[in-house]
Amino acid sequence: MLEINNLHVKLEEDDKVILKGVNLTVEAGKVHAIMGPNGSGKSTLSYVLSGRDGYEVTDGSATLDGVELLEMEPEERAAAGLFLAFQYPVEIPGVGNMTFLRTAVNAQRKARGQEEMSAGEFLKVVREKAKALKIDAEMMKRPVNVGFSGGEKKRNEILQMAMLEPKMCILDETDSGLDVDAMKLVADGVNALRDAGRAFLVITHYQRLLDHIKPDVVHIMADGRIVKTGGPELALEVENNGYADILAEVL
Amino acid sequence: MAVAQAKQDALAARLAGLSLPQGGWSAPARADAQARLASMGLPGKRDEYWRYTDPTTLTAAQPTPAALFDAGDETPLFDGIDRVRLVFVDGVFDPTQSDDPAAAGVEFLSAGADIHWAQGLYGVLEARGQTPVARPLAALNTAAATEGVLIHVTGRAARPINLIYLHKSESSDAILHHCVKLAPGAELTLLENGPAAARFNKVLEVEVADGARFHHIRAQGRDHERRAVTHIFARLGAGSLFKSFTLTANGVLTRNEAVLELTGDDAVAHVAGAAVGDGDFHHDDTVFVTHAAERCESRQVFKKVLKNGAVGVFQGKILVQPGAQKTDGYQISQSLLLDETSQFLAKPELEIYADDVKCSHGSTSGAIDETALYYLRSRGVPLRQAQSLLVLAFLAEAIGEIEDEAIAEDIRARLEAWLGRHGG
Repeated sequence: MLEINNLHVKLEEDDKVILKGVNLTVEAGKVHAIMGPNGSGKSTLSYVLSGRDGYEVTDGSATLDGVELLEMEPEERAAAGLFLAFQYPVEIPGVGNMTFLRTAVNAQRKARGQEEMSAGEFLKVVREKAKALKIDAEMMKRPVNVGFSGGEKKRNEILQMAMLEPKMCILDETDSGLDVDAMKLVADGVNALRDAGRAFLVITHYQRLLDHIKPDVVHIMADGRIVKTGGPELALEVENNGYADILAEVL
Repeated sequence: MAVAQAKQDALAARLAGLSLPQGGWSAPARADAQARLASMGLPGKRDEYWRYTDPTTLTAAQPTPAALFDAGDETPLFDGIDRVRLVFVDGVFDPTQSDDPAAAGVEFLSAGADIHWAQGLYGVLEARGQTPVARPLAALNTAAATEGVLIHVTGRAARPINLIYLHKSESSDAILHHCVKLAPGAELTLLENGPAAARFNKVLEVEVADGARFHHIRAQGRDHERRAVTHIFARLGAGSLFKSFTLTANGVLTRNEAVLELTGDDAVAHVAGAAVGDGDFHHDDTVFVTHAAERCESRQVFKKVLKNGAVGVFQGKILVQPGAQKTDGYQISQSLLLDETSQFLAKPELEIYADDVKCSHGSTSGAIDETALYYLRSRGVPLRQAQSLLVLAFLAEAIGEIEDEAIAEDIRARLEAWLGRHGG
């Protein structure tokens, strides 16, 4: 589903090279995890895939179901089925959470040539999905992420994912800032979306999250590259011994 | 103080182009206004109060012609609201397009009578508002206004009154002067919309008695080349409420002054504006709020969205007089500059002579939040739509000053349409 080949990326501003040849294939129905020390390029990878400004792709490609992502605008990538759950969800004062969600859902439907969801139907679906994530009506009325706690912000990301039904979901440190109960809620939300036609790329520092969202494949990223790939046991190895051994072995 | 020769000449030229109404109950007030005007002269661009806005085209003997705006098949503003419609075409009341004014208790400035209740109001608040800062164009209005409505509300008005200003002649020059008097406990919503004329000078005097409530919502019309200078003078009694909101989209030159005086304890005065300008657009909000009683609340909320060289001006003052304890004053003026060529000039002022007050003010200029834009786009919202959402979000605090949700929704829809036409 997601194919990244030899991806090289630098920061536009100060010429700093961040990704130095990332190769990664995520198949439909699978959950891949990326772990790695701080500064290894994990978040940059997620931003570049979703189309954030400020990065320059100097080489390589990234395709979603064979379609080149890197040429597309962020909204086109979203309509193509890519979703990034942000590490730091953005606060947007003045835009109601419900308005935001409905605008996004209908914009994507429009882009795919589908009919817009009626207000009634939308409300029904959103209520049901919000309830599963313990997001109350009050939170839906508030401006996007404004005054939300860390946990509420992350749950709100998962709600957006559930509503938009993307086929490729990237979760960027969705566990950061979450207590155990909140992490369980978020993981349940993600697991409910696991499906043969959908794939996940879970970026995390900790094994904890992977106890709840069981990965099929674990990658270790360091210095702008995937340096090691293995099964779920690789995450446990990191948890027990840190990155030092793995890095010493491969670099 | 002697008025400079150039100003005198300009005033003489301006007055020569007008046929001043004669006789009737308003004659003494008009004569007084003319005397005030003679002592002040018309504003010039070297006057401190006109530092950011060139008044030349507002004071010129003749108006600069303004092309008419074609709104196409767009639904008229406030159309879904049950209201009394009073239509003015280039400043002239048109009964054929209007509802029955008498049934709504509306009288007209032009109605001949020797004695009228409005004698206690017409030109009175305007004259009070001439100190400490001169407002000559308001005095000119009192002297020369040809038409206007006189509304005396004694209870709760059943329906809003909507003054609709159509612009049909490219060289029209309209001067309207309205007086609204709310008796104790009375309530009225006044709606105004439309460009009115190529050049429009309007004064609204509002007396809000104890416990009365006045809501004012206006939209100034989208004719690109129109010019307008407007003044609101309001005096608030104890426990009364005054709320005014203005939407300005387009217009080559607009100067909106609001002069509010809180004279009774526990009064509340809010004045807000949302202005959106693309290109040849100069919009000036000049506000002067005087707290002269205890425990009053005032809010000034002005937001401007500017692009392609548009200019926004805000001059806002809160004056807290001695003894006006427990005053709660708030003032915010902000601009969203959508490109590098647009400009926002702000002069916020506080002058406080009481020691137990709470006054805050803030003024900012900024660009659209790129991170928020990216976040919206990453959820599939196209660039232009995302920009529109963020612009509306920026204006939300000002629109939030409109209490009636149906009216607020109308204003929002109008803004969305504007943003659709002007590319986010």
